Amino acid sequence: MIEVKNLFKSYDGEFVLNDVSARFEQGKCNLIIGRSGSGKTVLLKSIAGLIEVDEGEIWYDDQKFSHLNTTSRQKIRKEMGVLFQGAALFDSLTVEENVLFPLDMFTGQQRKEKLDRANFCLERVKVTGSNDLFPAELSGGMKKRVAIARAITLNPRYLLCDEPNSGLDPETGIVIDNLISSLTEEFNMTTIVNSHDMNSVLEIGDNVIFIYKGCKCWEGSRKEILQTDNEALNNFVFATNMAKQIKN
Amino acid sequence: MSLLTQIGVYFLLMKRAFSQPEKFSILYRQTMREIEKTGINSFPIVVVISLFVGAVITIQTNFNIENPLLPKYLVGVTVRDSLLLEFSSTMVALILAGKVGSSIASELGMMRITEQIDALEVMGVNSASYLILPKVIAAVLFFPILCLLSIMVGIAGGYFSCVLADIIPPSEYIYGIQYAFYPYYIGYALTKMVFYAIIITSVSSYFGYYVKGGAVEVGKSSTRAVVQSSILILLANLILTRTILQ
Repeated sequence: MIEVKNLFKSYDGEFVLNDVSARFEQGKCNLIIGRSGSGKTVLLKSIAGLIEVDEGEIWYDDQKFSHLNTTSRQKIRKEMGVLFQGAALFDSLTVEENVLFPLDMFTGQQRKEKLDRANFCLERVKVTGSNDLFPAELSGGMKKRVAIARAITLNPRYLLCDEPNSGLDPETGIVIDNLISSLTEEFNMTTIVNSHDMNSVLEIGDNVIFIYKGCKCWEGSRKEILQTDNEALNNFVFATNMAKQIKN
Repeated sequence: MSLLTQIGVYFLLMKRAFSQPEKFSILYRQTMREIEKTGINSFPIVVVISLFVGAVITIQTNFNIENPLLPKYLVGVTVRDSLLLEFSSTMVALILAGKVGSSIASELGMMRITEQIDALEVMGVNSASYLILPKVIAAVLFFPILCLLSIMVGIAGGYFSCVLADIIPPSEYIYGIQYAFYPYYIGYALTKMVFYAIIITSVSSYFGYYVKGGAVEVGKSSTRAVVQSSILILLANLILTRTILQ
């Protein structure tokens, strides 16, 4: 479980996060949705510890992450898998080396053991026969899959995904979403997905948090989202005229 | 950022970079890769430039020695001392600042803007140590070798110009190269090169590591890295020369 309490973050006097509190349950896909510039990425990066908040607390189970020093944070980070918007694969390493990286860094396993684990993770995300390719030789969807494989290599307890299907076609996007959802169930991870894609919300949103102008504006499940009378959320969800007509 | 803040941030980054690495086997592997990337790949440029500069110094020195009372072997002495004292350390370092420095700054800059450094951090890896330390170690180990290579190739360049362009008799040139030789000068050149290696790699890493923005900023930081490294090399040259050659 990850919990954030009363987070505040401002840049040049303007609040990007304004008193945001939320609880992200284990074994569920928790979605943070909102318009571009609403503060989703700042919230996710704050949770990952890449951005320091001005005020507030971030808890990973019973550990107060926001108040830990670098060394103690590293222990939690080793249990964290993060999928970045652009995949963030190391472009000087091959697919296999990318997935092996956390194993090389943090385990004392034999080479064969590590290779078996890396291949298992790659098979799990349905990337086979591409071990020797470099990230530049992969399609967008493949990069995301490899990044997921790298993120789950060490059996993380927490999975953070920043817009996992941005730049992908809707069909591939759904494949990635379903992959994240099934891995969450399989490994019983606490998963947080940042998205502004309604397909993702309706496909995997067990718990959805809507961020509007830096504030948490709404929280509920994917089913409840369709019946809400929250104006800001309705404007976001039913953005097109056609969608508005269907809603009405 | 003010200059003082930048200096502070630079030293904090270096403190992180020089902290204990996660695994020495990975540090070793990364250092070997960096030796190949920054060291071995710099062989051609160092060889070509040193060869021509050695030849040119020979021709120019001979051209400027008009007094018939001065022995011809002084051309060899001048070439050797020019290469040893200044060219093969400082000038080669300035060339490497352009080649290696810009490469380091743009590599780290691209890693920053494509979130690869963030990816390392969230994995719990000390990204500064993982990325910067191997580059510094590789340069400290290998740049002195490039300096020695430059001295040898430069002297050979002078010899070839004597043979091919008939500047002075080759035997006079070789006598000059050996005349009044102080081995201490080699130590001086190598010591300077070690300092330059640290300057080039650490300053360029600093500029690349803290890039914000996109491709334009990566280009700008790469240029800044080369300019600042070059200025610091010249400043260090002055201080080291004053300190070592008293």
